[in-house]
Parts: sequence; structure tokens; C-alpha cells
Amino acid sequence: MLRLEKRPTPSRFWSWGTPVLAVALTMIAGGMLFALLGKDPFLAIKTIFWDPLFGEFAWYLRGQLLVKAGPLALIAVGLSLGFRAGIWNIGAEGQYIMGAVFGAAVGLAVYPTESRLIFPVMILAGAFGGWVWAMIPAILKTRFNTNEILVSLMLVYVAETILSKAATGFLRNPEGHGFPGSRSFSNYPAAHNPEIFAGTGMHWGVVAAFIAVIFCYVLLQRHIVGFQIKLAGQAPRAARFAGVDPNRLVVLCLGLSGALAGLAGVFEVSGPAGQISIDFSSGYGFTAIIVAFLGRLNPLGILLASLVMALTYVGGEGASTDLGLPKAAIQAFQGMLLFFLLGADLLSNYRIRFTLIGKETR
Amino acid sequence: MTRENLLTIEGLSKSYPGVKANEDVSFKIATGEIHALLGENGAGKSTLVKMIYGLVRPDEGRMILRGQSYAPSEPREARASGVAMVFQHFSLFDALNVAENVALGMDNPPKQRELAARIREVSEGYGLPLDPARLVGDLSAGERQRVEIVRCLLQDPKLLIMDEPTSVLTPQEVNILFDTLRKLSAEGTSILYISHKLEEIKALCDEATILRRGKVVGTCTPREKSAREMAEMMVGATLNSPERPAGELGEVSLEVRNLSVASANPFGTSLRDIGFAVRKGEVLGIGGVAGNGQDELLMALSGEARTKRDSIQVNGTDIGEMGPNERRRLGLVTAPEERLGHAAAPDMSLMENALLSGDVRKGLTRKGFVDWGATRAFAQGIVEKFDVRTPGISTAARALSGGNLQKFVLGREIMQDPEVIIVNQPTWGVDAAAAAFIRQALLDLAAKGAAVVVISQDIDEVMEVADRFAALNEGRLSPPVPTKGLTIDEIGLMLGGAHGMHKAEVSHAEA
Repeated sequence: MLRLEKRPTPSRFWSWGTPVLAVALTMIAGGMLFALLGKDPFLAIKTIFWDPLFGEFAWYLRGQLLVKAGPLALIAVGLSLGFRAGIWNIGAEGQYIMGAVFGAAVGLAVYPTESRLIFPVMILAGAFGGWVWAMIPAILKTRFNTNEILVSLMLVYVAETILSKAATGFLRNPEGHGFPGSRSFSNYPAAHNPEIFAGTGMHWGVVAAFIAVIFCYVLLQRHIVGFQIKLAGQAPRAARFAGVDPNRLVVLCLGLSGALAGLAGVFEVSGPAGQISIDFSSGYGFTAIIVAFLGRLNPLGILLASLVMALTYVGGEGASTDLGLPKAAIQAFQGMLLFFLLGADLLSNYRIRFTLIGKETR
Repeated sequence: MTRENLLTIEGLSKSYPGVKANEDVSFKIATGEIHALLGENGAGKSTLVKMIYGLVRPDEGRMILRGQSYAPSEPREARASGVAMVFQHFSLFDALNVAENVALGMDNPPKQRELAARIREVSEGYGLPLDPARLVGDLSAGERQRVEIVRCLLQDPKLLIMDEPTSVLTPQEVNILFDTLRKLSAEGTSILYISHKLEEIKALCDEATILRRGKVVGTCTPREKSAREMAEMMVGATLNSPERPAGELGEVSLEVRNLSVASANPFGTSLRDIGFAVRKGEVLGIGGVAGNGQDELLMALSGEARTKRDSIQVNGTDIGEMGPNERRRLGLVTAPEERLGHAAAPDMSLMENALLSGDVRKGLTRKGFVDWGATRAFAQGIVEKFDVRTPGISTAARALSGGNLQKFVLGREIMQDPEVIIVNQPTWGVDAAAAAFIRQALLDLAAKGAAVVVISQDIDEVMEVADRFAALNEGRLSPPVPTKGLTIDEIGLMLGGAHGMHKAEVSHAEA
């Protein structure tokens, strides 16, 4: 018989062991899924996890890892603060889009002026755009006690509509022969977010992600606000007793995660994506939720998790071109990761006991 | 008296990882006997009755019920054998009526109308009047307990187990309960009565088995022993009563005027027009049956609930609109009743929990950055001074026993050298020796000139520490009176007498 027994204190080993276990289980279940699709499961797993790092095109794909991991880490680290406080911002994708639209709008408004100030101002505008978009659920929650999960999620679809309006209307390239999409930032040096070292994939967004990780780490470990965030998530009544104002925390956490998502958006649009286009929205905002949990809501863990997740993106693309795996199979694969992670989390709070039926009823 | 044995317990043992909850426990209960199970918190009383009620399986030993081997694997089986239990914490649904609640706890409930008639019949037969159609949310704690008792009685039990039944009752309600239990006993129902209130046991019980650290350390006939002798058997040491150093009372430190707060919870109690003043060096005791507004009063005083600006004053400053930390800065600290989740965060370490309320007065942060060294020293100080039994200060709060965590929480507030301290149920679940220590620490604070408010359901405790006494009843506070010369009957009347015994149920409707 299997029995679950609550541990007196959460297991330290399993709280870090579960992400590893979850990745392993995902490989097994994913392999079975690929086998059912008629592909060689070992080859598929190797294409996803091995080739981007050590395969034939690793010299290029390794750089792509940072390109994908940067925005994921930036968004996830912001989300993790809210998640720790029990404030569920599910709409980072919308804030990411709005950050890109705001930042791009500022840059394109002054085109073709050349000035060193343009890029920094775009960055601020991007952060502001994400922050504004996150303030909508924050204010509705503090004023009218609405559910931030629903409001922030719904606003993703509003943001996507605004994005397509931007790409086909107010930000469209006037010299683009009527095709949707804005001017390209790669042709506009003052507003371009280039690779800092060629071939590494390292752009200013990746630098920002590192800074955000360090900032959040210090906030959580050393600062009273970080303590209040953790307290509010674990024991809301105790937080009130400790003098934490829940509304202030909602505004702070949503605002910070929105601003970071907005930053990710503006770095992406001015760098790797290069322009506002209809399909700019790439799901980073949603995938970052998985990254946040895979990294245990811990800033350093998130850094690692964003690299793992980037691997599935880069490797997944390889698998779909080389092996013809459908895109949806890769998404299912990423979803499994969160599923197994949440399932395996049981281990950190519970102990599994095997008991013989005969012994109990003696 | 030679009565037939109903239940014989032989050598029961039960271990949990790291603790022996029960070790070789043996005793007998005769038919119709009221048998007391006496012991401090953590002595193993609960584990023992859980084994009798089929919630926990013993590792070793056996039980014999009415001459037959008895090993219930689940409560349903225990009930089928005639064993019923009234728990300390009620398992009732506020939004359902009495009859529906009773039906939920029965294995084969009869039709509602039939059940209502039987509830009426049984409850009146045993002097516990209950209206089957009333919503449980509207009932007093005493009446809720009746629902639980009647639910058991409907099953016609041979053995009724009662776990700390009087902790929520007024003295008058206790008397009514005791009449009921005596009547049951006279009809041949045995009762296993768990308590640490010795006067009650002396008044009610025929025999007593005393547990300490999971073992039987003695048996006695309570009528023949003094309360002190039994307490010393329980604790295994001689006890000192707290001493009250005589001190001069200073000026008014905490003043509450026309304090009214609507409860946030639909089944909570709203505070109505509360007023009192506490002087420096004075201890005010606030008694009352659970659920009469104690929690709400503490939250209004702590700053978790805001009130009108001038409803509360500390040393002449209006603090009604201030939050908890601003109040702490002015010298007002509080200790809520609920330890896990309110006074302390369960999954956080003791060190983090020391920071939780100690930040402001102990200066544990600098420009918002936590000084973990100072925090560690503060936590370590609490653990040492208040004898908190823990492997270390990085242990999670939830891993501590209730009594130890209570010591930690009280110690955390007391060691902040407050000018005003308000505590709710300060010794709830704490063993006798530690309770005496906590009471002494509160009295020492008063001697140093702090204004102390002790909210407690334990009348003996209030009488022991307080200079003046006020009763909280349905959100209203009686005018405080000096404790000296107050009799238990007078207190009972102040607490609101016996709920529901005057057939005054109509008055609840307006509430």
C-alpha cells in the first residue's frame, strides 16, 4: 500500500530535486508521445536537449539559447515575486506586448533622428507600457476586489488586438508597400538593440535579465519588502499582523512584474524580433510562468530554468524542421514539464510510505 | 462500588517518528462511571482517545469492550460498538440548520421531520434545549456543543468521550452540562472526560487516570484529592503560583472609547460601543466565552482592523487609524490567539518569525535591509529566556508543539519591552509550568509600568493575574470591576449567564 505522510518541515532535498525529476519524467513521457507520433523517441529527445548544445550547429544555436532565455528570465523573475505573495499575474504576455508597442512607438515617433538618448528612452517607455498594463488588474483588484488572474489574462487578448492594429495601422512602415509591420529597428542604429558580442546572442535584454535576477535575489534575501512578499503568500493573516498592507503589495508586485515584462518586450522588438509585426507575440509571457515554477520561484533557479526552457524552444524548432514534429507536440512537451513539476512537488511536503497490508491489520 | 467493567485498556502504545505518544497505557472504565483522563498538553490524552475512537491504530496492546476484543479500524466501527465522541473543535456547518448538521454526522440518518422530533425529545430529556430548525451559524458556542452532544446521544452510546468540553462554556453552562452528564451516568452510560481543569474533575468524576509523557503516572479518586495534589501529579513537580509584586498604578496608558467595529466575517461578532481604560502597572482581564468578539477586539487594538481615530488612545495619542507597526512604535504590542497562521507563519523559521513583529521595536532592519545577525540574536534570546524546546531557530514554526510555539510568540512580544501589551488566550495549550512562567512574565511587565490586557476564556487565569475584570458578551464589554472579592457566580452572570437556558432565543434574532 502507498501512503502519504506530511513532513514536519518541507524537504530541502526534494524542493530542488523535483525540478530535475520533472525534467526526467517529461523526457520519458515526451518520448512516448513522440513514439506514438511515429518518430524515434531517442532521436527526438537528443535533437531537443543535445543538439543545441553540442550538435553540428551548436555554434549558432548556443547563441539562440541566450536570446530565448533572456526574456524568459526577465519576465519569470518578476512573476515569481507576485507568485510568492499569492498575487497571480497570468497576463505577462499582454504586458510584454504593450512594452514592445510603447517602446517601439517612442522610437518610431522620432525616426530618423539620431541621438544616444533614444534607446534609453525607449527602454523606459517599454517598462512604463508593461507597468500601465499591469496596473489595470492591480487597481481593479484593490478598488473592486476583482480577480487579477482573470483580468490580467483577458488583457492579453486586448493587447494582441492593439498589437495587430499597431502592425497594420498606426505603427505600419509607411515605406512598406502596404505590408503589415513596422520599420525595422536593425536599420535604425539609434533605436537598435544589437548583439553586444557577435555570435553570443547576448543583447541588452540579457544583461537586464541578469541585473533583475540579482536585484530580486537581494530583495528576497535581505530586504524587508522581500520578507513581506514571502509572508503575505504563506500566511496572509500573519502578514496583516506584521503590518503588511495587502493592497500596497498587489500594486508593487503587479507593477514590478508588468514593468519587467514590458522591458522584455521592448528589448525583443528592438533586437531579435526587429520590428512590430502581427506575429510578434511569441508566448514568452506564458512560458515564463512555467519557468518561474521550474526555478522554484527563486531568482537563481529561474536563471537555470530559463536556460532549460530555452533549450526546449531552440531544440523544439530543430525537431520540427529536422524530424517534422508538429509545433503542437513541442508545446505539449513544455506543458508536461509544468504538469510533472507540480505533481512531483508533493514530494517536498509529503513522504511516501510503503506499508504491507498484513502488518497493519495484524 | 463494584460495577461491571465496560472498557478495559491493556498496554496500549503508539509511537510517532521521534515521539512515544503513548507507552504501555492501561486502565479500566466501569459501566456508568465518569472517568477523568488528566494530563498536560502533549501528555498523550488525545492520541489515547483517538485510539479508542478508531482514528488511530495502536502499535501494541489491546482493548476489551463489554467482554469482547475491541479494535476499531475507523470511527464508524467505534460508533457501531457504542462509542461516541464529542470533539474539542466542533465539526459543524454554519450555513446548515441543527437537524441537517446532526444528520450529516450520522451513519443512517432518519427523515428530517422524524429526526427533528427526536432531537427535540432527546435534547429536552437531558436538559439541553435545542431548536432543530435554527441555523448553526446563529448559535452560541455552548449551543453548538449541545448539537454535538445530542448527535452522539441519538446513537445511544455506551461510552461517551468528551475532549475538553468546558473550554467554551460559561460557569452556568458548565453546571447544566454536568447535570446532563450525571444523568447519563445514572442511566448507565460511561463517560471518559478529558480535561486539565482540576476543580471540574473534582466536581464531576468518579475516577481519574493521570498521564504524563505518554505514560500512566497515577490514578486517584478526585473527590479525595486536592486540586494542587492532582496538578503536581500531572506536572511531576511542585508548582508555584505567580507572585504579584505590589506596585503603584500610574496614569492611564491605554484608553478605548465608543469602539464599534463591524465584523468582516458574516458569522463573526461585531464590537459594539466598547470602552475601558488601563493604567500603567495595571492588568485588566477580559473574560468571555469563545466567539463573543475576542478576536475582533484584539484585531481592533493591534491595528489589523482600523477604527475611528479617537476610539483608541495610547498615552494620549489617537491611534485608531494607525496600522500595526505605527502602534508598535508607540509601544503597543499584541499577541493573537491563533498561533499558526496569525501570530506566526507556519512554514517560516523561528528567526523569520521573530522578525515578523519584532522589526520595529528591536530595530531589526536598517533602511529596509534586514539585519539577520540582530534578528538571530533576538530569536535566540526568546528561545533561551522562554525555554522554547526546539532543535534550533532555523526550525519551521509548524514543527514546534503548540505550547512551545505559544511560548515563543508570547516571549517575542514580552521581550520587546512594551508599554501596552494585549494578549488573547496567552496560555492556551501550554503546560502548567510554562503557563505559570508566562503569567509571571506578564505580571513583571506590569510591575515595570506596562499596561496589560489579558483576554482569556480561562476564568481561573483571569482571576489569578488581573486587577480588574470585564466580561465580553456578544461584542459588548461590561464595565470593569475589581477582581478582589468577585465570586464565580457573579462572573458567570457578567459573562451572560447560561445561553439559551432562559428560553430567550428570540433575542438572538436581532443580532
